[in-house]
Amino acid sequence: MLGKLTLDAVPFHDPIIMVALGVTGLAGLALAAWITRAGRWTWLWKEWLTSVDHKNIGIMYVILAVVMLLRGFSDALMMRLQQAMATAGAAGYLPPDHYDQIFTAHGVIMIFFVAMPFIVGLMNLVVPLQIGARDVAFPMLNNLSFWLTAAGAALINISLGVGEFAKTGWLAFPPLSGLQYSPGVGVDYYIWSLQISGVGTTLAGVNMIATILQMRAPGMTMFRMPIFAWTSLCSNMLIVAAFPVLAATLAMLTVDRYLGFHFFTNDAGGNAMMYINLIWIWGHPEVYILILPVFGVFSEIISTFSTKRLFGYTALVWATVCITVLSFIVWLHHFFTMGSGANVNAFFGITTMLISIPTGVKVFNWLFTMYRGRVRLETPVMWTIGFIITFVIGGMTGVLLAVPGANFVLHNSLFLVAHFHNVIIGGVLFGCFAGFVYWFPKATGIKLDEKWGKRSFWCWLGGFYLAFMPLYALGFLGMTRRMNHSDNPLWTPYLYVALLGVLVIMAGIACQAIQLWVSIRDREKNRDLTGDPWGGRTLEWAIASPAPFYNFAETPHVRDIDAYWDMKEQGLSPKTHDFRPIHMPSNTATGVVVGAISTVLGFALVWHIWWLAAVSLLGIIVTPIIHSFTASDGYEVSPETIEAFEREHAARLRQAQRSPAELVGA
Amino acid sequence: MLDPKGPIGLAERSLIWTATWMMLLVVVPVIGMTIWFAWRYRASNKAARYEPNWDHSTRIEAVVWAIPCVIILFLAIITWKTTHELDPYKPIEAEVPPVQVQVVSLDWKWLFIYPELGIATVNEMAMPTNVPVQFHITSGSVMNAFFIPRLGSMIYSMAGMTTKLALLSSEDGIYDGMSSHYSGAGFSGMKFKAHSTDQAGFDAWVEKVRASGATLDMAAYERLAEPSENNPVAYYGNVTPSIFGAILHHSAPGMLMHPPAAADPAAPASPHAGGHAEGHEGHEGHAMRAADAGAHGHVGHKE
Repeated sequence: MLGKLTLDAVPFHDPIIMVALGVTGLAGLALAAWITRAGRWTWLWKEWLTSVDHKNIGIMYVILAVVMLLRGFSDALMMRLQQAMATAGAAGYLPPDHYDQIFTAHGVIMIFFVAMPFIVGLMNLVVPLQIGARDVAFPMLNNLSFWLTAAGAALINISLGVGEFAKTGWLAFPPLSGLQYSPGVGVDYYIWSLQISGVGTTLAGVNMIATILQMRAPGMTMFRMPIFAWTSLCSNMLIVAAFPVLAATLAMLTVDRYLGFHFFTNDAGGNAMMYINLIWIWGHPEVYILILPVFGVFSEIISTFSTKRLFGYTALVWATVCITVLSFIVWLHHFFTMGSGANVNAFFGITTMLISIPTGVKVFNWLFTMYRGRVRLETPVMWTIGFIITFVIGGMTGVLLAVPGANFVLHNSLFLVAHFHNVIIGGVLFGCFAGFVYWFPKATGIKLDEKWGKRSFWCWLGGFYLAFMPLYALGFLGMTRRMNHSDNPLWTPYLYVALLGVLVIMAGIACQAIQLWVSIRDREKNRDLTGDPWGGRTLEWAIASPAPFYNFAETPHVRDIDAYWDMKEQGLSPKTHDFRPIHMPSNTATGVVVGAISTVLGFALVWHIWWLAAVSLLGIIVTPIIHSFTASDGYEVSPETIEAFEREHAARLRQAQRSPAELVGA
Repeated sequence: MLDPKGPIGLAERSLIWTATWMMLLVVVPVIGMTIWFAWRYRASNKAARYEPNWDHSTRIEAVVWAIPCVIILFLAIITWKTTHELDPYKPIEAEVPPVQVQVVSLDWKWLFIYPELGIATVNEMAMPTNVPVQFHITSGSVMNAFFIPRLGSMIYSMAGMTTKLALLSSEDGIYDGMSSHYSGAGFSGMKFKAHSTDQAGFDAWVEKVRASGATLDMAAYERLAEPSENNPVAYYGNVTPSIFGAILHHSAPGMLMHPPAAADPAAPASPHAGGHAEGHEGHEGHAMRAADAGAHGHVGHKE
């Protein structure tokens, strides 16, 4: 009846897990109680969970990312603490059985359920606004994509309390991840959470490509698209090209584990090397899926806050396209030490280095955007400058790792760990935070507190260097990654400093929490009345903050890359009358329902509860069919409603006493 | 790694420094320019020149493409050269023939077999200083990486196939060896000591191992292969000839049609997979599948 599931699956014996579950449960209960007291359940369901509005979905993605960031960070803290305690021969407080799950979960969560949803969330929120669109191409699909991602995240969190998570490292290399060496349910949780969220990501990619290619405002040719829209386009192309590879690879691992196939087993002709090749054919583009959009974020920010046009727009676009193509022919650099011939290794080493050329060009373009500008050193720019400095160091260590001769001694060491955290924290995460601060007013109508924002930046920056520079050194001292304990006294001081660094990062996260709290508390003071708090250049700043649900009362006409800046220079005032009705899609519960059933499906497959798996699979198929018969055709927004909104916005602009011309001079 | 004791490690260290210095040529100025530009053109500095519409300069763009191109061109040349020089498979040239060592990674210990000497050890190996060592590496379980940081390059160990690694120690000493690829619960304790001594010391070590009465045959191997952690050093004074080939095939029972010993035509002195790979120097994809090796040894073996 319940497959492999018994009460023993709950780790009652592990106090750390039980406390974590208790705290999470209490927090959930408190949240539920708060919603009940405020009488907000209906509102939550109707306005958010079932929403097809790209802005709401974007915000939900970001909330998911932030929640999962807290979990992934807790894992990081526990690992650093373990390695600092279990040095010079001590055992530490985490046995390998638990520690191995933690580092696996940390990697999976940070990539798939923090970085990905954060990036996809920002793209969802911003891209349709930047290209002057009313929504994404397929709004309901957008909602479904989100819920599939959330279903994957739910599964990974369930694994904490019911059963176990994989003990294989974040890419679950076979034969270790095969049934013979990982007989437990951990790898199954891994497979199904990635497989389900991966479907969501692929659909999101398709949606975003269709949106960008088909729904740009009149006049916005490809080479007048904001750079963030460009980098999003390339990133989503990579998603659509690479994620099916991940799905196929995981599917092969699945049939190995469930049906006794031998794709990747040691025996019967299986070949684990094939898995490693395939997973990196997805895995390397994945890195660029994450970094390209934040290159876009930084480009937007550096231009806006330098009060100057972006330097070398065309070069930046072509550099992005180069990276997109090159990212598919470098995967072997993740395993130079597998014994390929010197020609193969040298080829992949050199293609990897080639990527640093367009990347280097981008860095110079950002520098020359600041050059002869008027740089306002507000929080988003601080993150950007912190990024440039940190990222070039990460790029340098990356090129070093791309030299096979150097890789032969640095591979799998803490030098490697330091390198990819250098580019993912210093690049992707800083970019997400920069974008968060930058577009927060557009999403919520409130500007975030500057003082706490800067404090969090300095803590993150300092904490990052404290935590990861010692890891570079430890790599040179021969410390390999994923060690549960070590006995080299030479390493001890470095591990202590790294732990200190993580604590400083924790202070940075606390500052961000305080920043949110303070900004919302003082929301009247922090309100963005104009819709254009930073002196923006692109279309998202042309409308009120928060953006009205229909985005643009009237589709804008674009004449320049900096479309809104151009409008301000022309002195165009927002229109306040003569609107035409707008057709909007209705909200739908289909996405939430399919997402919820997918979670059940994943859970049933993990525990071999076959009847439940069959029922939920049927549910996943039937629900969209029912949807197709019952879905409403949407609704009309009357010109009066639009006029009321737009008049209010115009009045606020006047209240802020800012004419378009003044905005340009800001 | 910062203090290598062999030519491979020394070459790799010098390569790391060369590449780092070359890149610092760009990285340091970029960091400097970032801080300088951000400060010089800060909004409050009204004295700085302000050109809000200046967004293109062919000269600057040519330079910013050229600088990374030139650096990468140099690095690419260095990479091509050193990747061939430091190919782990490339035998080290020396007057004396290399010592052959077969390595098997197990859960969670290292098994070393000296086929020419007919001895085997667990978690300890020895080599004469200034004599090249030719490692033939496979795994009896999951993937690991064989690594002695002070001597240089690491390489994966994978079941059902052999990888090769040539190293040389140029100084007497006891060096730490380890697995540098995570392989499960006992991974952190998967360490060994590599002793580098003069020929007399090495011979004495061999005699010490020989003195052990234990024999490494398939039955003993099966017992050893059971998962265990933090294993003490163990010696086998006798080794079933060509057991390495048997272990190699053992991981692939589906491919096995003959008893392992019979499946290996190579003489004990010439290790099966190593001897086989010798004929393919310089080819791409060095890692040899046991299945392929078997197919070569026995035409029609694959049916």
